[in-house]
Amino acid sequence: IKKTLAKPGVKNIVLVDGVRTPFLQSGTIYADLMPHDLARAALQGLLNRTGLPKDAVDYIVYGTVIQEVKTSNVAREAALGAGFSDKTPAHTVTMACISSNQAMTTAVGLIAAGQCDAVVAGGVEFMSDVPIRHSRRMRKTMLSLNKAKTLGARLSLLGSIRLAHLAPELPAVAEFSTAETMGHSADRLAAAFGVSRLEQDEFALRSHTLAKKAQDSGLLSDVISFKVPGKDIVSKDNGIRPSTMEQMAKLKPAFIKPHGTVTAANSSFLTDGASAVLIMSEEKALAMGYKPKAYLRDFVYVSQDPKDQLLLGPTYATPKVLEKSGLTLNDIDVFEFHEAFAGQIMANLKAMESDWFAQTYMGRKTKVGAPPMEKFNSWGGSLSLGHPFAATGCRLVTTVAHRLQKEGGQYGLVAACAAGGQGHAMVIEAYPQ
Amino acid sequence: IFVFFIISVISCIHSRTHVNYEIKGDVAVIRMNDPSVNTLSVQMQREMTEVMDEVWGNSAVQSVVLISSKPGSFIAGADLNMIQACTTAEEVTLLSQEGQKMFEKIEKSPKPIVAAINGSCLGGGLEFAIACQYRIATKSKKTVLGCPEVMLGLLPGAGGTQRLPKMLGLPSAFDMVLTGRSIRPDKAKKMGLVHQLVDTLGPGLKSPEERTIEYLEEVAVEAARGLAKKQIPLTKEKGLMQKIQDHVMSYPFVRQQIYNTVQKKVMKQTKGLYPAPLKIIECVKAGLEQGPTAGYLAESQNFGKLAMTPESKALIGLYHGQVTCKKNRFGTPEKEVKALAVLGAGLMGAGIAQVSVDKGIHTILKDTTLEGLSRGEQQVYKGLNDKTKKKSITTFERDSFLSNLTGQLDYNGFNKADMVIEAVFEDLSIKHKVLKEVEAVIPPHCIFATNTSALPIKDIAAVSKRPEKVIGMHYFSPVDKMQLLEIITTDKTSKDTTASAVAVGLKQGKVIIVVGDGPGFYTTRCLAPMLAEAVRVLQEGVDPKKLDSLTTGFGFPVGAATLADEVGIDVAAHVAEDLGKAFGSRFGGGNIEFLKSMVDKGFKGRKSGKGCYIYQPGLKRRDVNTEALEILESYKLTPNAAISSDSDIQYRLVSRFVNEAVLCLQEGILANPVEGDIGAVFGLGFPPCLGGPFRFVDSFGADKLVEKMRKFEEVFGNQFTPCQLLLDHAKDPSKKFHK
Repeated sequence: IKKTLAKPGVKNIVLVDGVRTPFLQSGTIYADLMPHDLARAALQGLLNRTGLPKDAVDYIVYGTVIQEVKTSNVAREAALGAGFSDKTPAHTVTMACISSNQAMTTAVGLIAAGQCDAVVAGGVEFMSDVPIRHSRRMRKTMLSLNKAKTLGARLSLLGSIRLAHLAPELPAVAEFSTAETMGHSADRLAAAFGVSRLEQDEFALRSHTLAKKAQDSGLLSDVISFKVPGKDIVSKDNGIRPSTMEQMAKLKPAFIKPHGTVTAANSSFLTDGASAVLIMSEEKALAMGYKPKAYLRDFVYVSQDPKDQLLLGPTYATPKVLEKSGLTLNDIDVFEFHEAFAGQIMANLKAMESDWFAQTYMGRKTKVGAPPMEKFNSWGGSLSLGHPFAATGCRLVTTVAHRLQKEGGQYGLVAACAAGGQGHAMVIEAYPQ
Repeated sequence: IFVFFIISVISCIHSRTHVNYEIKGDVAVIRMNDPSVNTLSVQMQREMTEVMDEVWGNSAVQSVVLISSKPGSFIAGADLNMIQACTTAEEVTLLSQEGQKMFEKIEKSPKPIVAAINGSCLGGGLEFAIACQYRIATKSKKTVLGCPEVMLGLLPGAGGTQRLPKMLGLPSAFDMVLTGRSIRPDKAKKMGLVHQLVDTLGPGLKSPEERTIEYLEEVAVEAARGLAKKQIPLTKEKGLMQKIQDHVMSYPFVRQQIYNTVQKKVMKQTKGLYPAPLKIIECVKAGLEQGPTAGYLAESQNFGKLAMTPESKALIGLYHGQVTCKKNRFGTPEKEVKALAVLGAGLMGAGIAQVSVDKGIHTILKDTTLEGLSRGEQQVYKGLNDKTKKKSITTFERDSFLSNLTGQLDYNGFNKADMVIEAVFEDLSIKHKVLKEVEAVIPPHCIFATNTSALPIKDIAAVSKRPEKVIGMHYFSPVDKMQLLEIITTDKTSKDTTASAVAVGLKQGKVIIVVGDGPGFYTTRCLAPMLAEAVRVLQEGVDPKKLDSLTTGFGFPVGAATLADEVGIDVAAHVAEDLGKAFGSRFGGGNIEFLKSMVDKGFKGRKSGKGCYIYQPGLKRRDVNTEALEILESYKLTPNAAISSDSDIQYRLVSRFVNEAVLCLQEGILANPVEGDIGAVFGLGFPPCLGGPFRFVDSFGADKLVEKMRKFEEVFGNQFTPCQLLLDHAKDPSKKFHK
């Protein structure tokens, strides 16, 4: 057994447990819910799974990306609905696809600073319904209408409305700074690293195949069952669909036409889902009689050029967090990387394998190396399980803990990219069995 | 024997220095890479013909990709030296016909050719590309397509006037060929000029530039295969609008109507002073109305004729001059200017700030009042925001550029400035006060540049503790539109200070002339006598509109009366008085008192709403300011009929300008005639078709000019006395300013 990563004078912080709702393709069974419904289901699931007394929680942090304006602090709405004490404060964070990673590290910070002992963190994303707004001109007219005092003023405002003002504004999965959609950027990234369509399709197929195997053999134990009002009980992810290379080869490129390589089949799909984890100081967990699953150790956030390096977060974050922990890539037993696009994963693996890239763009002497594939996302990933933006982070961490238990390793590494050209990585250590 | 064969192939590849090729399966990839920016030189054409013949003769090759190995350029155009080396129109016509033949073979190639375009694809390069069967372009900022020939007084002489109308339709083709404008990739795709676009790539396992070209080649090779296998159709299904347009254009009277409209528009804009656009219309018309044989013949013959015109020689001279004035002949400065401070947030100060922040220079904009500062910052914002409306930058880029701007009322942060440019009021005592204040707070290495249009720099520098760091930077209004920057050095200005000022100007995107110190330097000094003459012409009873049409009829883009309004009547009066004191009666002519009376009435030109004309916001039409005419009444002069014809008036105006320019060279204010021409054309709007005052003397004849001046001299005296250098040139016709 390798050494523990505990540091003198630093509080040991543990993951007690983690759960998630089934991740469903958006527009399917969850279609009529609201985001806080999903978040509430995850929170209740966590309470059931851990048997945690509701008033033992000091604080709740939740991540979300596309905000429902009615529940902008979705953490609070979900917590109240899930029956947590109304004396437990809750706040919501957002950092694109690493929002729940941010929720978890916020929790770690609160505990490390000695302000809390038990924090629930999580994330929710609900893509079946997104805020579609009136145009700016129309909103301006409507707001002025509120202030108009006379009938004449109101009529004249109404009269100023033109057909064009009625065109709605749709949210796009696009960078604000560059106006480029993420899929487009992923396709360019794949091309920059010379990732072929074949490589991407193969990786996507691998993800689906491994996920199916994990689902069938009951490894995805973080999934809780959820009775959807008016519908059946849901207990399985519904996006896992291993296809054949031939079928996948038939698809046309989704973003860059006609010569692009990113397709619907090798990209993660729009997903609804929520996740939640219970994070505690080791002391408190043991005092409450819990057997923690893992230690949450060092973590880093990185950011780079949002145009040409939008999705390279893992490449930048991995060597940094390893260095912080005094580990090398070889020390890691379990890798869980967020799979936004197969092309993005392959590009990151190639970048991590390149001395030239490390030297030219990262100011490092040598490459960090690419993870061995047998340790990499072996229970599937975002491509197959689904990717509810803000819920993915907790899934990655919980999966690492479960894989370490199952596979008997000691260290796990989580890494993810996020919109805005940001990234995150965390080292997780198995809790002695 | 086999070994020998291989060796001979290899040596054959190595013997070519401009074009080489590689066979990738069934696709031949032809790569162009000459020692500069890929121009269609004799060498390039010879090697290309060789390579094409080999490719056509190779039965293993089914299709072809044509690509450049250079990151910034596909083909930048034909080799101008090749044209300039010709002495007769016939020789140039022959060049054109060779080009036409080569591209005809390309067009009729039995194996489809894909032009893979990254970087500039201009002139002959564009003509090459449109002869190919398929075009793929990268979305790089460096990728531009266009026919800039017209800006050199030429026409696209290798099939461009014939292929473009068929490819784009008459209106788009005329727009492209007559304006010479550069077309960005997305627009080119929309117009149907290219078939497919390829994104630029970021960092990967190679440098972005290298990998982007590789990617373009991969995509082009795939497309070439698709074309050879007929999986990609060569002709695109036309849209409804296109079909309608084609149908309308099929009527001869509709086409005739278009020719007439375009002709009228060209005549209005060029006053008939530029032959190239008219010849272009002629070629397009010949091709469409009389068939390709007549069209190509008209194209090659007109190309030959145009190349011999003085207009083309003038424009090509300006092009070369501009390239020269975009280089720093003073070397690399010791310290790069990263932090700039601009004093005075007026029109000039804010303009200078705008062209600095968008180049990444941290800029402090200091004014003395909050109102002035607010107005200035708004000007910078508006300048950049207008660019977002034209989509040349994104709103995000605008915001990040603006983050380089700090507006303030105090001298905070000046201790970190590398250069201070003052653009405060043109008054020596104010300039002195500002210089002393600034020198008290700036670090020792910091350069003090003064933006003045007439005050001698040595007078301003007189109170400086470190005159070697003082230099003049004369910007032209509006700063973001006018290309010229006139840099003025004194005897004491150090070479490094000059190098630094030039470096900053180049970074700001300016064309730069560096001149010696003296009242009015070069540009203002040339303009002042011409404006003095213009005032006299007005006093002689010539209507401002008539004066304007006489000047624009000579080729000035802005008429003399309008120019006075733009410069500001008050500024003109101020400068006339200052320079009058410095140079005496030679700078006389119009009565300064007239200008002063105008200023007293508040007629300061465009900025005050009234000058020679009345300016109303939102109104394009301008009426003559009748109140100004009333003032003129009291300064009325009787014209001398012998020197008051339209042509006489034009030469009275121009000869004073030109004589003063030549005098500046004689006195050493100017370093060379090239900078003199560039300064006059880019700063003062001297007729581009004449190529600048020096080229004008060369082509018009110094003797003829002197003869005219002598005639005027008899009436007006020393204002028209030719300077010695001009007399020298008049005496010896072999003396030319430009070789």
